Amino acid sequence: MEGEHRASQACSSQLPSGGAGGESPGGGAPFAGSSGSSTLLQADVLDLDEDEDDLEVFSKDASLMDMNSFSPMMPTSPLSMINQIKFEDEADLKDLFITVDAPESHVTTIETFITYRIITKTSRGEFDSSEFEVRRRYQDFLWLKGKLEEVHPTLIIPPLPEKFIVKGMVDRFNDDFIETRRKALHKFLNRIADHPTLTFNEDFKIFLTAQAWELSSHKKQGPGLLSRMGQTVRAVASSMRGVKNRPDEFMEMNNFIEIFSQKINLIDKISQRIYKEERDYFDEMKEYGPIHILWSDSEEDLVDTLRGVASCIDKCCKATEKRMSGLSEALLPVVHEYVLYSEMLMGVMKRRDQIQAELDSKVEALTYKKGDTDLLTEEIGKLEDKVECANNALKADWERWKLNMQNDIKSAFTDMAEENIHYYEQCLATWESFLTSQTDLHLGEDSEDKL
Amino acid sequence: MEQALPDPERPLKPAALEPLGRSDAGLEAGVGEEAEGSREEGSGTDTMTENNFGLKKIEISVSEAEKRTGRNAMNMQETYTAYLIETRSVEHADGQSVLTDSLWRRYSEFELLRNYLLVYYPHIVVPPLPEKRAEFVWHKLSADNMDPDFVERRRIGLENFLLRVASHPILCRDKIFYLFLTQEGNWKETVNETGFQLKADSRLKALNATFRVKNPDKRFTELKHYSDELQSVISHLLRVRARVADRLYGVYKVHGNYGRVFSEWSAIEKEMGDGLQSAGHHMDVYASSIDDILEDEEHYADQLKEYLFYAEALRAVCRKHELMQYDLEMAAQDLASKKQQCEELATGTVRTFSLKGMTTKLFGQETPEQREARIKVLEEQINEGEQQLKSKNLEGREFVKNAWTDIERFKEQKNRDLKEALISYAVMQISMCKKGIQVWTNAKECFSKM
Repeated sequence: MEGEHRASQACSSQLPSGGAGGESPGGGAPFAGSSGSSTLLQADVLDLDEDEDDLEVFSKDASLMDMNSFSPMMPTSPLSMINQIKFEDEADLKDLFITVDAPESHVTTIETFITYRIITKTSRGEFDSSEFEVRRRYQDFLWLKGKLEEVHPTLIIPPLPEKFIVKGMVDRFNDDFIETRRKALHKFLNRIADHPTLTFNEDFKIFLTAQAWELSSHKKQGPGLLSRMGQTVRAVASSMRGVKNRPDEFMEMNNFIEIFSQKINLIDKISQRIYKEERDYFDEMKEYGPIHILWSDSEEDLVDTLRGVASCIDKCCKATEKRMSGLSEALLPVVHEYVLYSEMLMGVMKRRDQIQAELDSKVEALTYKKGDTDLLTEEIGKLEDKVECANNALKADWERWKLNMQNDIKSAFTDMAEENIHYYEQCLATWESFLTSQTDLHLGEDSEDKL
Repeated sequence: MEQALPDPERPLKPAALEPLGRSDAGLEAGVGEEAEGSREEGSGTDTMTENNFGLKKIEISVSEAEKRTGRNAMNMQETYTAYLIETRSVEHADGQSVLTDSLWRRYSEFELLRNYLLVYYPHIVVPPLPEKRAEFVWHKLSADNMDPDFVERRRIGLENFLLRVASHPILCRDKIFYLFLTQEGNWKETVNETGFQLKADSRLKALNATFRVKNPDKRFTELKHYSDELQSVISHLLRVRARVADRLYGVYKVHGNYGRVFSEWSAIEKEMGDGLQSAGHHMDVYASSIDDILEDEEHYADQLKEYLFYAEALRAVCRKHELMQYDLEMAAQDLASKKQQCEELATGTVRTFSLKGMTTKLFGQETPEQREARIKVLEEQINEGEQQLKSKNLEGREFVKNAWTDIERFKEQKNRDLKEALISYAVMQISMCKKGIQVWTNAKECFSKM
C-alpha cells in the first residue's frame, strides 16, 4: 500500500531526528526522501518565481482581510495564518494553506448535522488545482484521523476536538460549542499540513479535495469495520507484552507522558476555573458601578466624585471582559488541545508496544521452535525492520512534538501574562486619572477658600 | 499600611474637653456654644480642632482589646471583649502628651453612653457606634464577634466614635462623657442616676407623632427622605461590594493552583523546568496578595458603614422635631378649642359639642354664677395655655435652629469624609493594580524564558 511504502521510505531516517533545528526542513531533506514526485515538488518549492506568483494570489486576498487578526477566530487569509504557525515549518516553505470556517446546519429525515467549509490553497504539483473548497462533517474528520493512525501508527497524530462534551452541554448545536469545535478542527488540519510526513498522506489529500460522493466511495475502500475491530482486540492483548521489552528511552517517554498528562489535565481544569471565576466577577462588577450613579442622585456635593468612581468601575469592568476573552482565545484552546494530545500520545505508545509485541512473539516462537524456522526467520526479519521504523519515526516525531509543545505552552502562558498586565495597566490608568481629577478639584477648592 | 486611611491616623487628634461640663447641657448650652465660631470636624489628618476656650487639649485612643470572662447579671459565665481607653493631655508648650487616664470598657457601656447622649441632646446628630454584629460579610470573612479581625476593626470603630464625640463642639462638654473617659468604677450607676431612661420619648409616642403631625418643617421632611435614601443606597453598595470581594478572592486564589502544578510539572521538563518553577512561584505570590488587598477594603467598607448608621441618627433628630411639632399643634388645638368654649359660654351660643352642653340639655340650664365660674376657670386655663404655647413655640424654634446648625455641620463633615473615603478607595485600587502589574510582569518574564 502506498501508505506503507511511504512510511518505510520515511523511516530511512529522512525525518530529522531530534535536536535543535529538528523542526526546520531547511535543507529540504524531509521532502526529498518521500517519493519520486516530491523531488519535483522540492524544486517547485525552492523556485522563487513560482512562489511569487502564488504569493501574489494570496496577497490579493490578504488585502481584503484584516491583517491584524492574530487570533485564530477568523483566519480567512492564509497569509494571516503565517503569524500563527510560528514554530511549525518555516513560513516561506509553506505551500499548503487550509482554513476551516462557515459552519452550516443540514437537516435530513434521519438526522441533523453540521458541516464545515474547508478551503485549501496550494502550489503543490500533485494537487490538480491550486484552490479547493469542500464541505466536511465531524464524521469525516474522524475517518481521516483513523486512516492516519492506521498508516502511521507511531507518529503523533494531532488530536480532534471531543465528540461531544457531556458535562454542561445541553445542545450540541450551541453557537459557542460550534465555534470552539471549528477552531479546533482548523488547528487539526493545519497541524497535519505542517507535519513533514503527514502532509503528504494520500487520504489527507483526498479529504481536502474530493467531492462528497468521491469521499464516500473512497472511504468504503479501506479495511472494514469488523477487521479493524479485530485488530483492536489483538492489539490490547499484545500491547501488554510490548511493555515488558520496552527500550529505556521509551520507558522514559512513557513516564513523561504519564506525568505530563496528569499535569496538563490539572492545568486545563485550573484555567477553566479561572475563566469561570472571572466571569462571575464580571457579572458582579456590572452591578457595582451603577449604584454609585444612583447615590449621586441624592448627593449634591459628591456628584463628581461618585460619578467618577462609577465610571472607573465600569471601565475596569470592560477591561475584565477583554481579559476574559483573551484567556479564552489564547490559553484555553491551547491547553485543552494538549490534554487531547496527551491521550493521543498514550495511544501512540500502545501502538508502538504492539508492534514490538508482534516481533517478540515471533522471536519467542522461534526460540521455542514452534513452527517453520525459515518462515519465522523471514517474518522476524521483516518485523525487525518494522519495529526499527516505528521506533525511529516515533523518536523523531517525539522530539518535534516536544519542541512544538514547549513553544505552544510558552506562547500561551506568555500571552495570558500579557493579557493580565494589559488589564491591570488599563485599570491603573483609569483610577490614576480619576485621582488626579479629584486632587486637582480639591486644590482648586482650597485656593478658593483662601481668597 | 501604604494607603493612609483617615481612621488609623486619628489617634493623635486633640479634642476639646471642659472637665466640669454640665450633665444636662440642654438647649441653652447649645445656643451659647454655637456662637463661638465654626468648628471644623475634620476626619482627615489635615484639619485639627482648636479649642478656643483655653482649656487643656486631650488625645483619646482605644489602644487595646482583650478577651475577658466574667459573670453577667444573671450570674452566668460569659466571654466578652474589653477595650482599653487611654486619655492623654497635651501640654501647650512642647506638645508632649502625658497619660492622664486609662480604663477598660466593654461595648455595652459604649451603648449606654450613646443612649444617654441621644436623650440629652436630641437636636444633635449623635455619632453612631460600630456595628454590634458583623454584617455585609463576604464568605471568607468571619461573622464571629470573637474573630480577631472583627475585634480589631471594632476597636478602630470605637475609637472613631469617641473622637467624633470629643471633637463635637457641644457633646465634648458633657460630664457623663468626661466620666466615661475617667471614672472606671461606678460610671454605670452615675449614668443611670441621671434618670435619662425616664426622660426618653417613648417609641409609640414618636410613631404617633410622625403619622399625625400636620405642619412639620419641610427641611426635616426632606432630611428624613434623604436619610432613607442614604441608608438604602449604602446598604445596596455594601452588599454588592461584599459579593465583588468574594469573586475577586476566587479569581486570585485559583491562580495559586498553578504554582503547585507548575512545580510538579517542572520536574519532568529539562528546558522548561526552571521557567515553570519560577513562574509558579509568582502565581503563589499573586494568589496570596489578595488577603491584604481585601483587608484594606474592609476599612473602606467600615467608613461607609459609619454613614449608614449616621442615617439613623439623622432620623432620630427628625423624629424629635416631629414630636415637638405635634406637641405644639396639639397644644394649639387644645387652646383654640378652650377659647371657643369660652366664647360660646360668654355669648350663650352652643356651636361645639361639649359634655357640659349635653348635660345642660338633660339636666337643665346652669345658673349664671355657675357659668361665670366656668368662664373664669377656662380663662385661667387659656392664659396658662397661651403661656405654655409661647414657650413651646420658643422651644420648638430653638430646637429647629440648633438642630439645623448641627445638621449643617454634619453635612459638611459627611461630604468631606465620604469624598476622602472614595478617594482612598481609588488609592487602594491603584495599589492593587500596581501589584498586579508587577507580579504578571515577573511571571511573563519567566514564561518567556521557558
